[in-house]
Amino acid sequence: MTRYFTQDHEWIEVDGDTATVGITDYAQGQLGDIVFVEVPDAGASVTKGGDAAVVESVKAASDVYSPVTGTVTEGNPALADDPALVNTAPEGDGWFFKLTIADKGELDGLMDEAAYKAFCDTL
Amino acid sequence: MSESEEIIEPETLPLDGWHRARGARMVPFAGYEMPIQYEGILAEHEWTRSHAGLFDVSHMGQLEVSGEDATEALEALLPIDLSTLKPGRQRYSLLLDENGGVLDDLMVTNAGERFYLVVNGATKWDDIAHLREHLPDDITLNHLADDALLALQGPEAAEVLGQLGLEPANSGPRVADMAFMDAVEFGWNGVPLRVSRSGYTGEDGFEISVPADQAEALAEALCAQPEVKPIGLGARDSLRLEAGLPLYGHDLSPGTSPVEAGLTFGINKRRRSEGGFPGAERIQRELAEGTKRHWVGLALEGRMAAREGADVYAGDDKVGTVTSGGFSPTLGHPIAMAYVDAAHAGEGTALELEVRGKRLPARVVPTPFVPHRYHRKGAAK
Repeated sequence: MTRYFTQDHEWIEVDGDTATVGITDYAQGQLGDIVFVEVPDAGASVTKGGDAAVVESVKAASDVYSPVTGTVTEGNPALADDPALVNTAPEGDGWFFKLTIADKGELDGLMDEAAYKAFCDTL
Repeated sequence: MSESEEIIEPETLPLDGWHRARGARMVPFAGYEMPIQYEGILAEHEWTRSHAGLFDVSHMGQLEVSGEDATEALEALLPIDLSTLKPGRQRYSLLLDENGGVLDDLMVTNAGERFYLVVNGATKWDDIAHLREHLPDDITLNHLADDALLALQGPEAAEVLGQLGLEPANSGPRVADMAFMDAVEFGWNGVPLRVSRSGYTGEDGFEISVPADQAEALAEALCAQPEVKPIGLGARDSLRLEAGLPLYGHDLSPGTSPVEAGLTFGINKRRRSEGGFPGAERIQRELAEGTKRHWVGLALEGRMAAREGADVYAGDDKVGTVTSGGFSPTLGHPIAMAYVDAAHAGEGTALELEVRGKRLPARVVPTPFVPHRYHRKGAAK
């Protein structure tokens, strides 16, 4: 399995044609306490760079974009009861949704972990 | 992920380095770099509700108005009755334009020979220009730009401030004997402090004006006590929302009248009948006849919040707009404030708020959402 990152602070872990998407530890740190997450339903179509989920802190709502185009297979049900999972385990149990990837070529422009870390250091 | 931030060139406040040393995340607000949070909004919110939170509100404008006819001069611009505001007392008031629209909300203190005004940070330069233009030439207006302003808020605030060893300057009351809206000048190790028992969190607490070069020493002395933690603007906003208090530029603007905003307590009885302040005609008419819309509190189900700008619906009809909204840490669900057509403003009315194309069920509820805990004179402890 390979993990990629976007400049909008999403991560995507790819396993064959399927993948899991969440926001990075850097992103949750910037947002602060997460009190609500809206994840897409199974069957929803998402496009690369398009709105896919919403994450709300006490102060503000932020859009989460899909790193690739595809069809959602599952939104993380655990976030409904415990949105703070995004703070405590952003790159683990706090994942947002799983999807079937339409075009694996879209992964080419994404960063690997080292490149993402270097990117965050410039912010 | 997307987050938009205003691009401005912010100035730094006297406690800038102190905030950063304590791990604050700084953001531009009202023209200044301000601490939005230290350890997290939820923890800071809860700390203030149960202990004592120290807020840096030095961005706010502190003004001094003096001169022989200062009382009449202020009454010509504010709907306040200064004959009933005794020396050593503070009161909420409003700066109004000719149409009765709100230019700012502010606190006025009668300090005996002068009045102190605390105005909002984002509007202070406009307020100063407005006051200079409209106050008579023999009235002196000083911008006390060399004073910082700290707010100590929460149920342990009085005990903490009492332990600092403040000496009343003019045989005024001691900290423990001050009631809500009392304003007293103290000396603290030779440093002059202007202290009022007030704030904007709904909790008991104090606002403390201190010379800017002594602000860090005071903040350090307060935070050396285990009951006190520094609190950022994020929690200040969630606290004031739970307290049902308006935020200028969001819930109040020149497009809103104080009557529809439910701020008639800021227009004193004598002034209501006599008028003689900007916009008096409209305000007197609205007091007599009512207004078409009212500012109301809304409680939402679930956890998804409605924020400023969300439309309010009754069935297919748009009946209002949210002016402030967010998650209430104390209540555990979202709350909002909105202007709503009078026919739909009654307590218990079921409405819907539109957020990202979804309709969220909401109900008109009384404010404050979380009861105020001001230390009122004569009230049982």
